[in-house]
Amino acid sequence: MIYEVFRRERKGQAFEHAGSMVAPDTEFAEAWAREQYGRRGESVALWLVPRGAIHDVEDWADEFDLKYRRVDGYSIKARLKEARERAAQPMARGEGSTRGR
Amino acid sequence: MADDRELLLGLADDELVIGWRDSEWTGIAPLLEEDVAFSSIAQNEIGHARAVYERLTDDADALAFDRPLDEYRCAPLVELRLLDWAHTIARRWLYEVADEIRITALMEDADVGGLAAKINREEAYHRMHAEMWRERLRDEPRFREAVTELWPYALGVVLPAQREELAARVGLDEVAAVERGSHTDDFAPLWEEMTMVRRSAPAGAQW
Repeated sequence: MIYEVFRRERKGQAFEHAGSMVAPDTEFAEAWAREQYGRRGESVALWLVPRGAIHDVEDWADEFDLKYRRVDGYSIKARLKEARERAAQPMARGEGSTRGR
Repeated sequence: MADDRELLLGLADDELVIGWRDSEWTGIAPLLEEDVAFSSIAQNEIGHARAVYERLTDDADALAFDRPLDEYRCAPLVELRLLDWAHTIARRWLYEVADEIRITALMEDADVGGLAAKINREEAYHRMHAEMWRERLRDEPRFREAVTELWPYALGVVLPAQREELAARVGLDEVAAVERGSHTDDFAPLWEEMTMVRRSAPAGAQW
């Protein structure tokens, strides 16, 4: 069985997809995920979700070119650049944190 | 007091040597995730050994690695070089069941009770891991044979008074134990490897 693993890095933060693992059952998945995603204190909580429980949504019909509904319908390049610069300041701390073996 | 020291040295040597043996699977365990988990457990065991050595001496490395072979007090169970997963898991499980009995008893001790409790909290996870594999493999003939084969060795991990309880928990009849005090043939090459770096260090080397 394939489990999708989501991890919460710090209390209050959203869970983010961390990876997936093959395990025969939830018990094994938990034991392995604890080590793989938590032994260095990089997670405060994990969600293990059997892949079968995930409902995929990936296709959107867009037959009539309703591009005014989409973000690419407007030119927001300059505004986006500005917003990114603003966001870069307080964001710097959480970036490039503990991952990997 | 001499008995206490002997008991603690046996515990620390067990943890060091099983940690060493289990870490031999690093990189070659049957599954990647298990490789990480198993290596992490092996590392924990060596950490427990260090904590106990530190209760016995100011220089844990010297106590761990500078003794002649016949002064090691580990149980023969942990010395065995096991080359297949069935035996490795059988030992891991038997060792954890025996270790729980021993550690729980030590938790009552005025001197080392606190340390024992601390070790026990980490062992709880090791037991979960061992039980999970045991549940998985319990009807597998290779695993059952390995358990039967290692059972006399497992009895040697605990004190004679604790063996009845161990037998009840494992579900096997008590047999003659392979006692600690003498070493298996597998231990000499392991000792050689474990102590080699310190033995070959130039005098005055700083770590």
